[in-house]
Amino acid sequence: MDENYGALKKEFFSQLALVKDLKSWNELRLEFLGKSGKLTKCLRGLGQVPASERKERGKELNQLRNSFNEEIEACRKQLQESALLKRLDEEKVDITTPTPPSQRGVLHPIHQAMEEISRIFSVMDFEVKSGPDIETDWHNFSALNTPPWHPARTEQDTFYLPPKVEDQRSPVLRTQTSGVQIRTLLEQKPPFRMIAPGRVYRADHDATHSPMFHQCEGLAIGENITLAHLKGCLRSFLQLFFKTDSLPLRFRSSYFPFTEPSLEVDIGWSSKTGKIGKGEDWLEVLGAGMVHPNVLANCGVDFEKWQGFAFGMGIERLVMLRDGITDLRAFYNNDLRWLYAYGSDPATDVAI
Amino acid sequence: MKFTLSWLHQHLQTQSSAAELCEKLNQIGLEVESVEQLGAELRPFLTARIENVRPHPDADRLQICEVNAGPTHQHVQVVCGAANARAGICVVFAPIGAIIPNSGMKIKKGKIRGQTSEGMLCSLEELGQAEESAGIAELPSDTLPGESYADYLGIDDVLIDISITPNRGDALGVRGIARDLSAAGMGKLKPWLSGTEEGHFPSPIHWKLEWKEACPWVLGRAVRGVTNKASPEWMQKRLTAIGLRPINLLVDLTNYFCFDLGRPFHVFDLDKLTGKHLTIRRSQGESFTGFNDKNYELGNETCVIADEKQVQSVAGIMGSQESGVTHETKNVFIECALFDPVQIATSSRALSLSTDASVRFERGVDPALPPAALQALTEMVVTYGGGEASEVVSAGHPLHWQREARLHFSALKEVGGSAVDPQTAVHELEALGFEVARHTQHYVDVHVPSWRNDIAQKPVLALKDVPPGHEEKELVQRVKRVTAQRDLLEEVLRLGGLDSIPSTLLPPLDGKAAQPLSEQQKSLMSLRRLLASRGCVEIIGFSFVSQELGKYFGELPPHLKLLNPIASDQAQMRPSALINLLLAAQYNADRGRGDGALFEIGPRFTEDGQDRVASGLRFGHTPRYPGQPSRVYSWLDAKADVIESLALNGIRAEALKLTRDVPPWYHPGRSGALSLRKGGVLAYFGELHPKISQVVGSDLQPAIFEIFLDNLPLVKKKKKVSLSSLQPVSRDFSFLFPLDGEIGPLLHSIKQADRNLIANVQLFDIYEGQHVPQGYRSVSIAVVLQPQKNNLTDKDIEDVSEKILAKAQTCQAILRQ
Repeated sequence: MDENYGALKKEFFSQLALVKDLKSWNELRLEFLGKSGKLTKCLRGLGQVPASERKERGKELNQLRNSFNEEIEACRKQLQESALLKRLDEEKVDITTPTPPSQRGVLHPIHQAMEEISRIFSVMDFEVKSGPDIETDWHNFSALNTPPWHPARTEQDTFYLPPKVEDQRSPVLRTQTSGVQIRTLLEQKPPFRMIAPGRVYRADHDATHSPMFHQCEGLAIGENITLAHLKGCLRSFLQLFFKTDSLPLRFRSSYFPFTEPSLEVDIGWSSKTGKIGKGEDWLEVLGAGMVHPNVLANCGVDFEKWQGFAFGMGIERLVMLRDGITDLRAFYNNDLRWLYAYGSDPATDVAI
Repeated sequence: MKFTLSWLHQHLQTQSSAAELCEKLNQIGLEVESVEQLGAELRPFLTARIENVRPHPDADRLQICEVNAGPTHQHVQVVCGAANARAGICVVFAPIGAIIPNSGMKIKKGKIRGQTSEGMLCSLEELGQAEESAGIAELPSDTLPGESYADYLGIDDVLIDISITPNRGDALGVRGIARDLSAAGMGKLKPWLSGTEEGHFPSPIHWKLEWKEACPWVLGRAVRGVTNKASPEWMQKRLTAIGLRPINLLVDLTNYFCFDLGRPFHVFDLDKLTGKHLTIRRSQGESFTGFNDKNYELGNETCVIADEKQVQSVAGIMGSQESGVTHETKNVFIECALFDPVQIATSSRALSLSTDASVRFERGVDPALPPAALQALTEMVVTYGGGEASEVVSAGHPLHWQREARLHFSALKEVGGSAVDPQTAVHELEALGFEVARHTQHYVDVHVPSWRNDIAQKPVLALKDVPPGHEEKELVQRVKRVTAQRDLLEEVLRLGGLDSIPSTLLPPLDGKAAQPLSEQQKSLMSLRRLLASRGCVEIIGFSFVSQELGKYFGELPPHLKLLNPIASDQAQMRPSALINLLLAAQYNADRGRGDGALFEIGPRFTEDGQDRVASGLRFGHTPRYPGQPSRVYSWLDAKADVIESLALNGIRAEALKLTRDVPPWYHPGRSGALSLRKGGVLAYFGELHPKISQVVGSDLQPAIFEIFLDNLPLVKKKKKVSLSSLQPVSRDFSFLFPLDGEIGPLLHSIKQADRNLIANVQLFDIYEGQHVPQGYRSVSIAVVLQPQKNNLTDKDIEDVSEKILAKAQTCQAILRQ
């Protein structure tokens, strides 16, 4: 009988070595360990074995069965492993294939800057206001202490529209967004702070002038607002906008009809390197001043109680300085390559 | 306003350098536009003498000159082609390295036809000093060799150009600038020593003043027997330096006074005037030829000065060609007037004629100066031109310019933000010419100097609501008090320098809710980001467009067409930003970028006014990619842009009413209008009408949309939802549906089959062709059932399917078998 088991064992292992896939593996399992498998038959045959040998034989067969089971299981694991490896190998792709073309647009640098400016001033409690592009002469000039004959009017080439009713003064395309300040002064009770970013128009078109461009004007009215607050406010703004804590600033006395004292603000830069914040030279970036009492009086505000400051800046100029853009006209050519180069991704947050 | 440093020194005694003076000018509000070292380009050139000349061995026309140009260039050999080059003459020598002003050529050491040449002898033309010249410049024979040509000419000056703000008429004269600098601590203002000239005979011309509002006061006097030759060299030099061409003594003198004192004069040729009077009056529609040889139609609102024959001068702006002075002029009549600034400004603008005189009158000249100025000018006329002056004649009256202003010292801190020592403040005002009337611990009252027209004037108000009579008077008085103080305060602060004021952070705005950005503004920002994320590039288009294109986007009323457009493509306000988008698309397509998507959020203008619109345009094709064939952008893309944008504002697609009621710039069969059940149109979407592409000459058939942002309702608060934990069930249906049937209503109808159970109805396939009967298409939808209370049984699903089929049938959709 010993020989029988030996042969069985030999047969099992020789066949196991030939197993290549799950199918032949299953056949081998059934041939030896299935219900009518060769080893199962031997185990069933134990009943016929004389009792004296039965125990010994049984032990031997059980060992054999355990050994077969282990081998079979190990073989299955190995088969699965190689099947997985094979599958992984088959699933390999060309990862150098480019992704589908991006279909993301960009935001225009001017609007992006207007948003940034709005956010910066909103931190200082300025409300963002808007008003009509077509203004009355009164809102755009007269209320701002600029009577019809005023020399400041000739400095701004104004677009006019026919009046709706004859004999009225011609409405204008606003040359500044200050009309929004006038509307706020008429409608809102001080104290308040507001900015008005928006489109403005001048009848001038060349390399450095666009008939339409953008300005942001601001106004802060209170009982104790001083020039020192104006300076502090503009300093904070310029540092945040130009993203530098060490921005040299110069405040020069100037004149605007609607403010007194009036001033202009220069930032330090280098004309050689074009770098903002470093260098020997100065660049004018905005105008400002303490609101002229005439303006408050024109709008029915108690000019003996309330005072405040106003400022105005050209947005194109600020963006050109900060982003190193040299051609004003490019803002309005709407060349896709330029827009992608200087625009912002919609997923990026604004400065502040 | 240009002036030279040496001119300034005539009025200002100072040790400060040009750079220091410029820095101070900037600080005090006289902004420096440019600073130029005069004669810098002539500095490298040297005076020299030709010691010896011999012919060039290999060239007939060239000579070899031995030149002595002083100690640094004692014996220099120069090859020269000028015919007048000869031994003994004094010349201008350009050493190696000098740059010839009129050509920009740099002098290099070289050989000319084999002979060494170590420089060049220059002509006046090459030096930029003459339009043309024959041969090299010859200097007087006693010229010392070796001096810089700039020094030889006496050009050692700095030209400063400053921009004068409209309020500072007084700084349109060198003396005014000197006064400001002196008050700002940059030196001492020298006294103005004006000459006088007695009258020797009665004036042959008298004034007739018929328009006192335009000319409150006028003086005049004649000078007989003048020789109107060239003005003195020093004056010519100054005028030339600031860019004025010397003409003759009288013209140069008036120019000189204009820039030195800011005092314009006019001089008539007495022999060319008719009659014994000059009348100052309103123009009567005359035609006028100015000194500049141009013709002007004067209308009826211009102030003129006329003799018995005709208008001889547009008052304060320009004299006539006819009575202007020339080299032959012998007898003159000098006018020195005060003209009303508003009148001059209005006339100057009406005639589009701005002169050095009008600019000064517009800003206001010194009303006290005329008598002394007239004396000073006459004295100079007689000094340099000879002759004899008449007595002075006048008309009108001196202005009552005297006024006071009060400065409370506390205001310096209350407005300026930092205290200023009262003594310093008073001292600065005095240096500017203010005279102290009263000085207390708390305030100072000052007399305003005559030349400061900008200070303590009666305010010109433009009140929105004018209060009744005496209240308005009282209001104007109060405003005057406040503004006069503000005027003085500004003087003190600017002289002290605004840089010395501290920067203080704004305190939080109390009593107001911190909501600086409105919900509407924030949703606008989000919309820009949404559209850009969807592939659209943001552009900015001008608010005006051509009438030719504009008319296709809705006819505008006349009051939206510009009165003074500067270009035909900017003639009227835009009725739609689609015009700008279309032009931008075409601009890019013409340059080989034929696919893209653009959007703009901005105003459009209609009969009803201005509103904000988000407009978009997709042109060309979607990108090609494996498995994603390229297709033309269509109305469906535009519809998707609109639906997503509205969803961002909390508007569900199901809440929208869709019609084909679109404006004429949309393709009538491929576009739609969306609105809520109540309220105006929210958006149009579709494709551009083909005829408009034809007008633009474009092949583009873009998909377009417009979203009317002012019509969008405010975003509602989020609704509460209850989330069912039960398993949803999805069922697909395929229907036979007529080709001309509308899918939108079908889906809507199916959704109504069981509103509690049907959570979603999704279109996933449309098929035409084989196996589908002619005139039909197969439409497949997925319906998601979401039970809320109990799990669905087969029977439940069967029931709801029946309802769905019934609903579908009402829309002519039959279940495919």
